[in-house]
Amino acid sequence: MERLRKYGFVAGFLAVPLVLYSVFVISPYVQAFQLSLTSWNGYSSIVQYVGLDNFGRLFGDEVFWQALRNHGVILLVLPIVTIAIALFLSFLLNLGGGPRGAGMRGVWGSTFYRVVFFFPQVLAVAVVGVLFQAVYRPDADGVINGVLARFGVEPVGWLTEPGLALWSLIAVMIWQGVGFYVVLFSAGMAAIPKDYFEAAALDGAGRVRLFFAITLPLLRDTVQVGWIYLGIAAFDGFALVQVLAGDKGEPDGATTILPVTIYKTAFAYNKVGYACAMGVALFFLTVTFAVLTLRTTRRERVEL
Amino acid sequence: MARNDPPRRSVLAGLSHIALAVWALLIILPLLWTFLASFKSNTEIFGDPLQLPGALRLDSWGRAWDKAHIGRYMFNTVIVVFFGTAGTMVFGSMAAYVLARYRFAGNRLIYYYFVAGLAFPVFLALGPLFFVVKQFGLLDSHIGLILVYIAYSLPFTVFFLAAFFRTLPETVAEAARIDGASHTRTFFQIMVPMAKPGLVSITIFNVLGQWNQYLLPLVLLAGDPDKWVLTQGIARISTLAGYEADWPGLFAALSMTILPVMVVYIIFQRQIQSGLGAGALK
Repeated sequence: MERLRKYGFVAGFLAVPLVLYSVFVISPYVQAFQLSLTSWNGYSSIVQYVGLDNFGRLFGDEVFWQALRNHGVILLVLPIVTIAIALFLSFLLNLGGGPRGAGMRGVWGSTFYRVVFFFPQVLAVAVVGVLFQAVYRPDADGVINGVLARFGVEPVGWLTEPGLALWSLIAVMIWQGVGFYVVLFSAGMAAIPKDYFEAAALDGAGRVRLFFAITLPLLRDTVQVGWIYLGIAAFDGFALVQVLAGDKGEPDGATTILPVTIYKTAFAYNKVGYACAMGVALFFLTVTFAVLTLRTTRRERVEL
Repeated sequence: MARNDPPRRSVLAGLSHIALAVWALLIILPLLWTFLASFKSNTEIFGDPLQLPGALRLDSWGRAWDKAHIGRYMFNTVIVVFFGTAGTMVFGSMAAYVLARYRFAGNRLIYYYFVAGLAFPVFLALGPLFFVVKQFGLLDSHIGLILVYIAYSLPFTVFFLAAFFRTLPETVAEAARIDGASHTRTFFQIMVPMAKPGLVSITIFNVLGQWNQYLLPLVLLAGDPDKWVLTQGIARISTLAGYEADWPGLFAALSMTILPVMVVYIIFQRQIQSGLGAGALK
């Protein structure tokens, strides 16, 4: 009787979550793999299997390669710059006060800085996108161009210059992301025993030395987590590009990315099968990235 | 204390402050500019961007609330996020609890079934998801969006809470059982209160995630602008502002979206930072 009651309870608690999850998450994913082998357009009742044709077409699709190139640039730049700025700022916040008395201190006002730095993280990416439309306005009325005009600089087309647009988008991602990693790294730094710094400072190590010899090696795992996070973020960027650069990845495909292309292919061009094939490609790209990062960065840990 | 410092050290401390202040300004200035622009007139916005508004014009705020429907978008968002997060927490904690603390055939399998959802980008599911929701007749409905939010929040919620429930001591649950409490009662009256810190973190994580969601409502609510949430609304207002030349209205709408988030953030910043940080430890 007790056994029966236990199983009844287990089943009762699992039923609704399992059904919701299977219907809305797992079944679309499974269907995506299946539909990627079809030429389904979204409304026809006949679903025609075309084998791997979609993937063949994908390899010849200029837009796809353009998107991949852009993801490649983001994947290189976004993690490095974000982590570098975040490490620098969190080092200043936590240890910038210098070695003193019982250990290292943070600078004055570090709580205030942390609160400000983190704030963009809680804003919706769509909201940030609209905000930066004003910041990046191409005429002299934009926030940046207006300031530049004071120094006699001609207005810059931050989002309209093909060579510049992607960098402007990456800058927004960095602007929004840094605070999160400052908090993450600060927590990591707080966990490093203070006497390490004391001992090194007694031996005459300066701040720069402290950072590279103690902080960085001991933060290795945290930085790795951040790296994977930012790498996965490099394959997203949907809301930002959609709001800031428009559907078409203007100018000239300079900001074309896979998520926006998938969305358009499925819902504007009604090529659901082809969109699913792109989704499958995106899935393998993210998984490959995560596995590669874990593989190559796994080294012996520094034991505390 | 600064007096005892050698001069080199205070110079360095000064430089640290300058670096920190520069980044803080980079964050604050665009937000401050938006807020000020909501009080400006069109000509002022297109004038010198560093100028303050000539008068405190509040009419753009009224226009944004009524005419641009910010009020409605906000109401829709609150409804969707409230039920979405509530549902996620109820179903997520139930599943996590059972998976963490009961032994039965298939336990591991079901656990990994849930966690597998973390590996897939949502863009992969986009097309099929639209048609699944359509089949149920739930397109352009808040119920549909809420169910989808719950379903997509489950993998991380289950993963995080299962780990949390595992750490709770067995003795208390044992005592409750000996006193004759049912499994359900043990869960709601003993285990949930004990798991409060974990539940708070993951609730914050889900509220923020669902509040900021843009892609799913864009796909699932596309047909009925009356049902739209804030992120969609703001994006549309931004497009319309170009045609209607109501720039103060746009910035008022933007300020109205940002301000409540800012207030909540300042009150709960410690919990929010650790709640989102919990996400990074997965």
